[in-house]
Amino acid sequence: MANSFTRMISGRNTAVILASVGAGSLTSGYLLCDSTADAAERRKLYPPSADFPDLRKHNNCMAAALTPTIYGHLRDKTTSSEWTVDQCIQTGVDNPGHPFIKTVGMVAGDEESYELFAELFDPVIKDRHNGYDPRTMKHPTDLDASKINSGMFDERYVLSSRVRTGRSIRGLSLPPACSRSERREVERVCVTALSGLKGDLAGRYYSLGDMSDREQQHLIDEHLLFDKPVSPLLTASGMARDWPDARGIWHNNEKNFLLWINEEDHTRIISMEKGGNMKRVFERFCRGLKQVEHLIQEKGWEFMWNDRLGYILTCPSNLGTGLRAGVHVRLPMLSRDPRFKKILENLRLQKRGTGGVDTAATGDTVDISNHDRLGKSEVELVQLVVDGVNYLIECEKRLERGQDIKIPSPIPQFRK
Amino acid sequence: MPFGNTHNNFKLNYKVEDEFPDLSKHNNHMAKVLTKELYGKIRDRQTPSGYTLDDVIQTGVDNPGHPFIMTVGCVAGDEESYEVFKDLLDPIISDRHGGYKPTDKHVTDLNFENLKGGDDLDPAYVLSSRVRTGRSIKGFTLPPHNSRGERRGIEKLSVEALTSLDGEFKGKYYPLKSMTDAEQDQLINDHFLFDKPVSPLLTCAGMARDWPDGRGIMHNDNKTFLVWVNEEDHLRVISMQQGGNMREVFKRFCVGLQKIEEIFKKHGHGFMWNEHLGYILTCPSNLGTGLRGGVHVKLPKLSVHAKFDEILSRLRLQKRGTGGVDTASVGGVFDISNADRLGSSEVAQVQLVVDGVKLMVEMEKKLEKGEAIDSMIPAQK
Repeated sequence: MANSFTRMISGRNTAVILASVGAGSLTSGYLLCDSTADAAERRKLYPPSADFPDLRKHNNCMAAALTPTIYGHLRDKTTSSEWTVDQCIQTGVDNPGHPFIKTVGMVAGDEESYELFAELFDPVIKDRHNGYDPRTMKHPTDLDASKINSGMFDERYVLSSRVRTGRSIRGLSLPPACSRSERREVERVCVTALSGLKGDLAGRYYSLGDMSDREQQHLIDEHLLFDKPVSPLLTASGMARDWPDARGIWHNNEKNFLLWINEEDHTRIISMEKGGNMKRVFERFCRGLKQVEHLIQEKGWEFMWNDRLGYILTCPSNLGTGLRAGVHVRLPMLSRDPRFKKILENLRLQKRGTGGVDTAATGDTVDISNHDRLGKSEVELVQLVVDGVNYLIECEKRLERGQDIKIPSPIPQFRK
Repeated sequence: MPFGNTHNNFKLNYKVEDEFPDLSKHNNHMAKVLTKELYGKIRDRQTPSGYTLDDVIQTGVDNPGHPFIMTVGCVAGDEESYEVFKDLLDPIISDRHGGYKPTDKHVTDLNFENLKGGDDLDPAYVLSSRVRTGRSIKGFTLPPHNSRGERRGIEKLSVEALTSLDGEFKGKYYPLKSMTDAEQDQLINDHFLFDKPVSPLLTCAGMARDWPDGRGIMHNDNKTFLVWVNEEDHLRVISMQQGGNMREVFKRFCVGLQKIEEIFKKHGHGFMWNEHLGYILTCPSNLGTGLRGGVHVKLPKLSVHAKFDEILSRLRLQKRGTGGVDTASVGGVFDISNADRLGSSEVAQVQLVVDGVKLMVEMEKKLEKGEAIDSMIPAQK
């Protein structure tokens, strides 16, 4: 390699592009004036190849999909709220991931991100959502809870039932990108809408910043309080900025319908209760969602949604329904059976510890929920959880009786 | 964030009241200074590289601070930040650096011959001596803002400069991302290895992005001279050794720094410096000399004396635990260093450490003999 300093001396006031070290396709540019050049000039001095992240040790969907060519096409584009692809991928660059757990590795800053940076988002979506192709496929939305069959579980096994999703307010940037005023606007829009809820859905809002100690303790005791994200997957994307400004929790008086404002998404909507009445949980979920949607529409707002990606949320993994329907279920024998993993896989179910994602199971109780989010409707996914959990309980009962169990055939999904 | 004004034009569509951060629970220099009026006045500005007011203050908004510890609460993204946002940064600098005025001049003196004494601190008490500073390379933006391309450019330049040193400075560069396990263990054992920042004060400012890309450590064969590349600043330069010969440590520090600076200058990239703020670094607290010269010293009796903190204050010194900033002391051993950075020279600051530590060791010896030290308590320096 030629002596880079020699070249710099000969071209004192012009930028010099040099050959790089390491992986062949990188180049570096040097600025040879005294002041820091303006943004446009710097874009020229540092071509996309100079900025291409080193993803050789990375295991996430973004790293698998991002090529220098794609990066080259996208680096200099900005959405109308000035969000860039570098900002989308920062979390994936900063968090190489784990050999066994493939995270997504990128987020959207606004609705437009999914369009403008589709060249990168589409393969990531395909990878994460079992081959779903946003260019050719349509996502079905169905929030008619009456269609659910056998939604009542055996309560000797199922301790609690829960359905959650997220919703974004169209026209406002998403949590990684939003300014303080946008975030406060999201809070205003939601709190206004929620105050219009009546009957069993009527409740109140607790702003995280203004909470009294007593209120905070109450919410902790009820397992309702969310805290500032500590996971680097979230913090590296910028969604924890300005905490706790404009963050809060709303819950109804019964404490079985609950909204989080401005955590990882504009809103997270949760319906839950002790016991096994998943049908009732889902019914309240759908009813509550529809009423909230109606109330924000009265004020001229709407949720981000389109027929290719379904509901638009911060993380591509939550596109489509954004729905996770699950139970805490006691499966002492089945959970120790070597076939458990395969059974879950074929049923398109996922297990988590009882603390939620990335926690371990305590004792014999596991959190079982749907694995998929996109490509199937809410009703389909909840029915899948209902049928799946019923099957798991059957297996547990059979094992208790000393009988054998079968691994079910895999549930069909669109082509991988 | 690099390349682009990070949403700023878009944010200007919103009213000042809606964008102004809630600083009601905050205790840091930025929160003391930033009013809604000031925010409104300078929020449409940006440096040539696109750094904005919100970028400057984000770390201070995200970290309200502690009632007893006053952090700075803001960072610079490039050399121009200190100019473009002077309406915010000048009062903060004044508050942090003992009333330093926008018209004041800072004196740089890296002539180690000007230090008096410093070679006779009692090694029975002074276990180790260390001087560190930071340097920023002109023509690049700073760690909170720089892109991967720039960071790699800084690393490349730094490696060429550092590996060209000879004599007692001859050494090797270890990039963080390609370190072998054996190299890593060695660097940990030598207490040289720095790790990805975990303090939210740093991570919220964006300086840990893309870790460990472009980061590394150079040290000389004798393990007495060490440079960190692309941690909180472009370069952190450290000279250290066991025992109390601060004079030797400071000499090596000055000579090494000057050699490095010569090489960078020859290639059109001197260090960021001006006669008002001295050396320009990421955090306003490190302006001026950016120098922290200190010792690990055993002061079990003096440290529990009622007047210890006052003595330190009068000597213009600061105590830390032996793990560095925000750690506790272990076994009566303290890290004692200069409190000032801006408004006095490197020689002056190290002189304060040398004289002050010498005095405190004398006090410790007196207390060991059961004698009083009241007559030794110094006047305010």
